[in-house]
Amino acid sequence: MSIRALPLYATIAIFLLAYLICYIQFPAMLSTRVIGNLLTDNAYLGIVAVGMTIVIVSGGIDLSVGSVIAFAGVFIAVVLRDTGLHPLVAFAMLLTITTAFGAAMGGMIYLLAMPPFIVTLAGMFLARGASYMLSIDSVPIADPFYQMMQRAYFVMPGRGRLTLLGLIMIAAVIIGMIVLHRTRFGTNVYALGGGEATAKLMGVAVGQTTVAVYAFSGFMAGLSGIVFSIYTSAGYPLATVGVELSAIAAVVIGGTLLTGGSGYMFGTLIGVLTMGLIQTYIVFDGSLSSWWTKIVIGGLLLMFILLQKGLLKLRIHQ
Amino acid sequence: MKSVLRRIAPQLLTLAAVIVLVSIYFPNFWQIVYVNDRLVGIPIDVIKRGAPVALLAIGMTLVIATRGIDLSVGAVMAICGASAAWSIDQGFGLWAALGIAIFAGLVCGLWNGLLVAVFNIQPIVATLILMVAGRGIAQLITGGTILTFDNDAFSYLGSGTLLGVPVPAVIWVLTGIGVGLLVRRTALGLLVESIGVNLRASTLTGINSRVLLIAVYMGSGFCAALAGIIATADIRGADANNAGLWLELDAILAVVIGGNSLLGGRFSILASVLGAMIIQTINTGILLAGFPSEFNLVIKAVLVIIILVLQSPRVLPQLAYLWPGRRNTTTPAKTAAPNSGTETKT
Repeated sequence: MSIRALPLYATIAIFLLAYLICYIQFPAMLSTRVIGNLLTDNAYLGIVAVGMTIVIVSGGIDLSVGSVIAFAGVFIAVVLRDTGLHPLVAFAMLLTITTAFGAAMGGMIYLLAMPPFIVTLAGMFLARGASYMLSIDSVPIADPFYQMMQRAYFVMPGRGRLTLLGLIMIAAVIIGMIVLHRTRFGTNVYALGGGEATAKLMGVAVGQTTVAVYAFSGFMAGLSGIVFSIYTSAGYPLATVGVELSAIAAVVIGGTLLTGGSGYMFGTLIGVLTMGLIQTYIVFDGSLSSWWTKIVIGGLLLMFILLQKGLLKLRIHQ
Repeated sequence: MKSVLRRIAPQLLTLAAVIVLVSIYFPNFWQIVYVNDRLVGIPIDVIKRGAPVALLAIGMTLVIATRGIDLSVGAVMAICGASAAWSIDQGFGLWAALGIAIFAGLVCGLWNGLLVAVFNIQPIVATLILMVAGRGIAQLITGGTILTFDNDAFSYLGSGTLLGVPVPAVIWVLTGIGVGLLVRRTALGLLVESIGVNLRASTLTGINSRVLLIAVYMGSGFCAALAGIIATADIRGADANNAGLWLELDAILAVVIGGNSLLGGRFSILASVLGAMIIQTINTGILLAGFPSEFNLVIKAVLVIIILVLQSPRVLPQLAYLWPGRRNTTTPAKTAAPNSGTETKT
């Protein structure tokens, strides 16, 4: 395979190695229960990271996703509390809003020729502010449909639970893989990430692609918000602060170049699972403090970035 | 002098417009009284509360002028605050605490600078590492608790006054003047700008861009250390989780509102500091105007979007077209002009 895929292989190897180390210390880590929980607990992060991968491959960044997840939770909770609508209707309304919100940010980035960093920063304030305006308190969700979704799971061998949330994340990753690797739009995203001027000369509709990229990220953030609200059974405007950073970190650990134009969707899934694994290990160990998570993730980030740098040099030498 | 005025005119007009807007809701804005050896009033409060963002903006301006960005300043604030509180807790005294905190800031800056200048890592990625890991390191120093201390000399830096003026305000104004003189009275500022415009060309002309880049990131770390000291001294405790949280975004915003391009090149520290004051006036104003605090972020977002639209490179030529004969000046000045009109009316 091409040298381009090496970061992906490195990510997978490191994940397997880390899992092996965990397994040697705590044999219970390999049980389907732990694996099921790993998928369920990181479902919202995985979904949002799918959208972030496409944004980053296109050479952009989306800082608004954490706030959008919080907005989604509060919006659903408030709609279900104040109206008699079915949750599925609320989901459809929410996904329309967040997709339009993402598209609007993409439109601003293209039309104003402003850096995505600053535009999505304004979007971050706006979405967080909008969720404060809906409610400043945590709003519980007590809908029978919600309880049903929360309890929906398959029993895997070894009595592990493959929950609906975990399945939604896996579905989101598969959709992301198809969109990024198997469609014309995906190819356009890679072209855009490789350089806007070149992409334009090749005939990529830069404006349309930019809007679609951020709309996709908005959709995924909305979906992630739905999953998070099912996970917590509540909408809280202060929730998921800083999730955009975790998502970016997961994408980078997954082997995607932050400069854009290179990366794989599958790597992002592994990145999310690696971060989840570190947390699970700290829980299993019991004596390590939670801040080690941050330091280890920072260290992993550094390692992957240096690895990518090294590979890039290799490619140039070839 | 005239060129400086013309450079900062958009920011001055925006600040005036924001102040007018706040004064409409809160007419006593300019009331400053002298009580208990200190000046008390809203403008004084704005200058004091704006100290961390203003300090960060000073360092960030130079980093952005080199076509970089420093996402780690908030986390560096937490690290420096934690080290200062830890040293005082250990009984090292005021000067040692200051020294250790500033040293920690410089080390963080050196780390970022090495990653950017030596390893050639994209600045946004390089500083992301410390942004993620930094709070963990700060928690490691404080042991996961909010480390409180009792040292009047140290808390003087956060809540004391010098000739009636709050000390944080004195610190940021002096830092701003110091850095401003350093870059504008020497060739340093010009060299920084040339790195931002074209790193390769600058290196080829003989500029030691590697050392200069590292120095710029260390400068940003130094400013973050000062901001961290002020934040810690103000609450007499180091909160590793919340000290400087999201302030990197406010600082970048201040630099952008200050009219500095994120693509590097020409910069103005004065304009960035004015940007920081604009942000703080908005924050204070929203509270004073009696808006429910939940509107705070939405109003801020709307104002940011308006400022962004006005500064957009695509909107600029369009507006200049509508304003024949004045195509050389910058757009925000013109669009802010109607606001200054309301100022004369009220």
